[in-house]
Amino acid sequence: MGHDHSHDHTAPPSDPALRVKALESLLVEKGLVDPAAIDEIIETYETKVGPRNGAKVVARAWTDPDFKSLLLSDANKAIHSMGYTGRQGEHMKVVENTATQHNLVVCTLCSCYPWTVLGLPPVWYKSAPYRARAVSDPKGVLAEFGTTLPKGMKISVWDSTSEMRFLVLPQRPANTDGWTTEELEKLITRNSMIGVEHALTPEKLRAIEASKTP
Amino acid sequence: MSNTTQHFCNSLPQIPTDEDGPVFAEPWQAQAFAMAVRLCDEGHFTWSEWVNMFSQEIKLAQANGDPDLGNTYYDHWLNVLEKMVSQKQSIKPEELLARKEEWRSAYLRTPHGQPVEL
Repeated sequence: MGHDHSHDHTAPPSDPALRVKALESLLVEKGLVDPAAIDEIIETYETKVGPRNGAKVVARAWTDPDFKSLLLSDANKAIHSMGYTGRQGEHMKVVENTATQHNLVVCTLCSCYPWTVLGLPPVWYKSAPYRARAVSDPKGVLAEFGTTLPKGMKISVWDSTSEMRFLVLPQRPANTDGWTTEELEKLITRNSMIGVEHALTPEKLRAIEASKTP
Repeated sequence: MSNTTQHFCNSLPQIPTDEDGPVFAEPWQAQAFAMAVRLCDEGHFTWSEWVNMFSQEIKLAQANGDPDLGNTYYDHWLNVLEKMVSQKQSIKPEELLARKEEWRSAYLRTPHGQPVEL
């Protein structure tokens, strides 16, 4: 690694970065991928997608009973009707949290995740401890996220596959009567749609917004 | 919220604590991700094939001592992408290796600030 700090060369990037460059240049040469298409995908997942699509779906389900029943019976149809379409043709199922039922999503095999509505998975979702413990000790996992459930609450753990992705429909927090969907969306976090946390309460949202203002 | 997430993360090393933190640690991870998605989109393999190979790769890594904490996720991803491409597009591992070294040399001979080209 003889970097001599002169300016007659550029320090090569890391080994994986070079492997990616090798792959990309060979695939482009063979006409198998278009570099513009790659950039477009990156941009979509980094900026356009993300948990906000999921939040829009949930906020609408909280305010539109017809949409909610469609979402629970045919999630693909409901989500597509909002313009969000899956890339891998996977089926989506939405599972509803209620006063007696809590749902938690995991992928024990690897990290299947509803990208269309949640963007890319957080690192902890991909980690072996989460993948194992979500199944063996869901209460413990929830506790580590600071999430406590009332006694007697049933917990279901949904194991995603390449064919089936799950999204949690969190419970609508109290004291949000009359809120618009745009206001409600702010309460809906990525974690609440994975099921490791509840949707934010109006008080929590105010506290977060207050801590962000300088 | 971030506090509770942090608490969970403390038991899992190298896990970002920011709710909206970066999903890719480095740009190559985003590029590797996008290439797999694109090749699948174009019908070069199905997503089930990808997931099968990917979960095998993870099992293999775990068997070889990778604690698999999520931070090696895109290393696995890249391994699978290389395997998939050599299986489906007959781009051989030697070809990939040779091209990687060409890129390394290209960096080393390109003056700093100039675009790096093969």
